[in-house]
Amino acid sequence: MKHTLAVLVKNRAGVMMRVASLYSRRGYNIESVAVGTTEDPDISRMTLVVDADDVVLEQITKQLHKLVDVIKVSDLTDDQMIERELALIKVTADAGNRSEILQIVDIFRARILDVAERSVVIEVTGDASKIEAIFQLLRPYGIKELVRTGRIAIVRGSKP
Amino acid sequence: MAVKKGQIGSTRQKLRPVRSERMTGAQAIIKCLQAEGVDVVFGYPGGAIIPFYDALYDGGIRHILVRHEQGAAHAADGYARSTGKVGVCVATSGPGATNLVTGIATAYMDSIPMVAITGQVATSMIGKDAFQEADITGITLPITKHNYLVKDVKELPGIIREAFHLAQSGRPGPVLIDLPKDVQNTEFDFVYPESIEVPTYRPNYVGHPRQIQEAAKAIAAAERPLLYVGGGVIASDAADQVRELAEKADIPVTMTLMGIGGFPASHPLSLGMLGMHGTAYANLAVQACDLLISVGARFDDRVTGVLERFAPNASVIHIDIDPAEIGKNTTVAVPIVGDAKQVLKALNPKVESVKHPEWKAQINRWKAAHPMEYANSTGAVMPQYVIEKIAEVTEGDAIVVTEVGQNQMWTAQYYGFDCPRSFLTSGGLGTMGYGFPASIGAQVANPDRVVFAVAGDGSFQMNIQELDTAAVNNIPVKVVILNNSCLGMVRQWQELFFAKRYSQTMFSRSPDFAKIAEGYGVLGLRVNHQAEVLPALQKALAYDGPVVVDVKVEQTANVFPMVPQGRAIDEMLGIGGDQS
Repeated sequence: MKHTLAVLVKNRAGVMMRVASLYSRRGYNIESVAVGTTEDPDISRMTLVVDADDVVLEQITKQLHKLVDVIKVSDLTDDQMIERELALIKVTADAGNRSEILQIVDIFRARILDVAERSVVIEVTGDASKIEAIFQLLRPYGIKELVRTGRIAIVRGSKP
Repeated sequence: MAVKKGQIGSTRQKLRPVRSERMTGAQAIIKCLQAEGVDVVFGYPGGAIIPFYDALYDGGIRHILVRHEQGAAHAADGYARSTGKVGVCVATSGPGATNLVTGIATAYMDSIPMVAITGQVATSMIGKDAFQEADITGITLPITKHNYLVKDVKELPGIIREAFHLAQSGRPGPVLIDLPKDVQNTEFDFVYPESIEVPTYRPNYVGHPRQIQEAAKAIAAAERPLLYVGGGVIASDAADQVRELAEKADIPVTMTLMGIGGFPASHPLSLGMLGMHGTAYANLAVQACDLLISVGARFDDRVTGVLERFAPNASVIHIDIDPAEIGKNTTVAVPIVGDAKQVLKALNPKVESVKHPEWKAQINRWKAAHPMEYANSTGAVMPQYVIEKIAEVTEGDAIVVTEVGQNQMWTAQYYGFDCPRSFLTSGGLGTMGYGFPASIGAQVANPDRVVFAVAGDGSFQMNIQELDTAAVNNIPVKVVILNNSCLGMVRQWQELFFAKRYSQTMFSRSPDFAKIAEGYGVLGLRVNHQAEVLPALQKALAYDGPVVVDVKVEQTANVFPMVPQGRAIDEMLGIGGDQS
């Protein structure tokens, strides 16, 4: 099962490497990772997506927790969470099909960032399935380039 | 699942207040080490660590100059294992630092408190592939509890304070501090922090009261309980509490390799070691017990054999200070996260005084049916006999340090350790070359005790250069080489599991170890016959200085019992009289 983990870490040189090293050493797979600072500039938040059963997940959590630079590990999966990824997609487009592509962009509440003679650059945010869906719809037109961020997530309501 | 850490953690240990003083980073290291109570460090100088050695020139801390940095790491490890204090080793950047790596990994696998200090190229040169530059913090990431690259000298005292705190608290382990040369040279106003705060690190020492109550209930209900104790009992100094529990509730005790000494071998409730080369009766007891009380052990594969068939009739109480160890390899009925000593101190008064006559009678039948014994000599010296004689001449009271392989297992099986911190061995990593330098560290830490290093002719040659360290410093370690002119443990596996295809394990000849010893100024003795063993050991013991006793032993002697890999631990080879 896929789990979304929020890992609060000290904003220090090498902390990414410590977490990544732990994963490779213990043989866990990270499907996606996103890192950024939080409301406190001394603390960064890593959002990790891992595919693991309960036993492995417990080990991952405990092992992460043993790292001195790790402050807190939370599994958001069972919470009411909002997940987002962002993708930038460069699609082949010319005068003949540009309006069709624009319709798709509209439906997905995506945005056009750049229009060139033979291509457009589209920005889309949403959960992984939404990005997958627009990608599939745009594919027939010819994807020239796709860039995706890792997943970030936050819990609804007042719970921190 | 949200796991919160302690918001504030600080060491309560009080130190004498130190007034601010102007000095270099290098001088500050010496001050910090003194404040941590370090009396000796093991090291080897080099370009990037010269400022530290320059500060050391003014005295203040004893330094043992080794002949290879690996020797420094193992010596610091031997110092730590034999005392419980943090062992300190020092090396220069690049190759000096990488030479420490095996020693650090050895300490990490066995949870040994150690601080490794390495020189580094100047901060302005880092990342430029400078001469003798190596990314040692990157390299040691998976084999240290934590590590630091000090970029600002003002952070140095706090980092050293924190490093010592991390190394010896919670589940102990090695911590590395990488010190760029310019940081060592920079002057600053030195103050040693009285306390440090590591808000993200607060090990749990006290077991949960409800779980402890559960454990007491389980012990009261058990008909065939068994204590399975590991290195955590040694680390937390819990041998007395283990004994109290065993005697109060009449529970037999088996030890892992790392737990040897955690319960007296001569005690009637002792079953000796369990696992791959454990006693038959310990392994049979594990398979038959209905309650397994694990204290400071981690269900390692050399202990459990096939995990799914380990202790199949038992429910498990698992006491460990590292929450990640609980549930890692096995399902646990009563998990208790805490320090072994503190948990047992809380548990023992709640345990009812009971007797298990039937269970003990069963175990005694196993003991009688499958005693620890070895084939009689056909002429050559039996290695097990040598271990028994070492025990005899030292009255079981020596610190015995082993290398890795057959010599290690025979020592574990035949010496009979009654006290903690007397049997030092590389259990987790299984490092050949560990024993001799570790014995030097143990002897330096314990000048009044007898220290024996049991070696194989293979292992001993992996750090043989430390003979010079022992000779120059007159460190009177007694090295006994069980010389079978082969790599015995691998040879044994090849004999049993690889159709006697002895690939690269048989030496065509042995070096003259006594002569090598003499070359270093160490007394060398040769033993070829069983009758010479005892006199040679007595002579070594009486000699005031380091000795190498080269004992030619039976080449085909094997370590039995043995659980072949991939089998359950009651599927043993060579139990009872079956030594073929």
